[in-house]
Amino acid sequence: MEKLIEILQELHDDVDFYAEQGLVDDGVLDSLDIVAIVTEIDSEFGVRIPPEEIIPENFNSAEALWALISKLDEV
Amino acid sequence: MRKNILQYLEDSAARLPEKTAFSDGKENISFGELGRASRAIGSYLAARGIRREAVAVFMDKHPRTLAAFFGAIYAGCFYVCIDSAMPEERIKTILNNVGARVIISDAKNYKKAAALGAEWLLEYDDIAQTDIDEALLVSIRARQIDTDPIYVVFTSGSTGVPKGVVACHRSVIDYTEALCEALEFSEDTVFGNQTPLYFDAPLKEIMPTLKYGATTYFIPKSLFMFPVKLVEYLNTHRINTICWVVSALTQISALGAFEVCRPEHLRLVAFGSEVFPEKDYKLWRENIPEATFYNLYGPTEATGMSCYWCADRELSEGESIPIGKPFNNTDVFLLDESGKESDEGEICIRGTCITMGYYKNPEKTAEVFVQNPLNGAYGELIYRTGDIGRRNEYGELVFVTRKDSQIKHMGHRIELGEIEASALKCRNVRKSCCVYDAEHKRIALSTREMPRRRS
Repeated sequence: MEKLIEILQELHDDVDFYAEQGLVDDGVLDSLDIVAIVTEIDSEFGVRIPPEEIIPENFNSAEALWALISKLDEV
Repeated sequence: MRKNILQYLEDSAARLPEKTAFSDGKENISFGELGRASRAIGSYLAARGIRREAVAVFMDKHPRTLAAFFGAIYAGCFYVCIDSAMPEERIKTILNNVGARVIISDAKNYKKAAALGAEWLLEYDDIAQTDIDEALLVSIRARQIDTDPIYVVFTSGSTGVPKGVVACHRSVIDYTEALCEALEFSEDTVFGNQTPLYFDAPLKEIMPTLKYGATTYFIPKSLFMFPVKLVEYLNTHRINTICWVVSALTQISALGAFEVCRPEHLRLVAFGSEVFPEKDYKLWRENIPEATFYNLYGPTEATGMSCYWCADRELSEGESIPIGKPFNNTDVFLLDESGKESDEGEICIRGTCITMGYYKNPEKTAEVFVQNPLNGAYGELIYRTGDIGRRNEYGELVFVTRKDSQIKHMGHRIELGEIEASALKCRNVRKSCCVYDAEHKRIALSTREMPRRRS
């Protein structure tokens, strides 16, 4: 989880990613961020996020994103 | 004769009054409604003596916003589109530059617009349903000519002050006709628009929609984050034509959306403003073999796009996607450093497409809107783009690089100097340097601050 927070902080160092629950809904992330996050998760965790999982629900918080990574990692 | 872009709207409104002209997927505006609301707004403005001046439109991207644009033109004015995502400082600079007395706003942006202190702040819903003064509109039209301005679009300026490009009916009509001829749009075209309304880029969809009675969907910006949802949107609305910046297209290809879905109705994919990564270009071509692909190129100063290349041949490995040839009634030539025509040099444009220069900025205008150096016989303005191009073995034009420190980021034209100048306005910042990290597509700003005073 900390590694993920680091990745996110790289993109927006002014956001509290432990608390923020509306990364998509509140317009924190933009389309380039999504590409960067997907790419970084692949290279850091070896987890490829399939296109059907790139949906608002999975990117609204670090927590949701971490749950997705954990789920995908198990498979 | 066609001297006014509103004639396109009037023709389509008479022919197809009920058809949806513009939609965001939730709300639609028909040609009939669009014409009626535009004429009401035009009547309202003109009756209050607002003529031949800037009308700022501060609304969200919405089908109604176009009625505000056209309303301004009906009144004999020109529109300046303000976006809520623009920094307040930039908005103020723009409004100040064009001396806008009037702002048309929607309920959502009303409070922000009110803080800008315009003489007239009008809410769209209050003026779009008012009475149409047909006689007044006719008298305005009688005195309008095709070199009257329609809009001012602001681009990045290297000294920190944005430059307002002024375009008139004539150049937009010329662009519309040439673009439609080259890309073969029709009444059945269904556009999926991506670019924001405060540029000239959406003219690609807006003008052919008016001309043919086609339909344009304004795709919600948030969908461009989520590729599968974006493709579903294209399919739901049977969108067959898209003209997007490359970064919007790669969002679909790079995130693997083609593995699970494909845009089923697309027949024309136009792109531009940025380099298309070879891998993504290939993925798009392979996944939508029934579509024709076009690369478009052009500066705002020459009204929309100036050149196009139809992808009708395979590119060799590592070959740049050409920008092709100029649209009909536009001429492009390359000037080398000695001012002679050459196969590699600065891209120069001549034609009716040339805009009227930068608003209240004769110095900057004179730098790039210049007498054709190849013509010493009579007055002929050309636009020097500052882009370097060359001709390839097929005689096609190819974009090479910029002469200065202007970059393209997500399709936006940005002067790195403008960012540096803005940083210097911050308290304590003594020096600033801005570079573009092309590999990661990030703009990096480095500043040096004043040494802190010892207490």
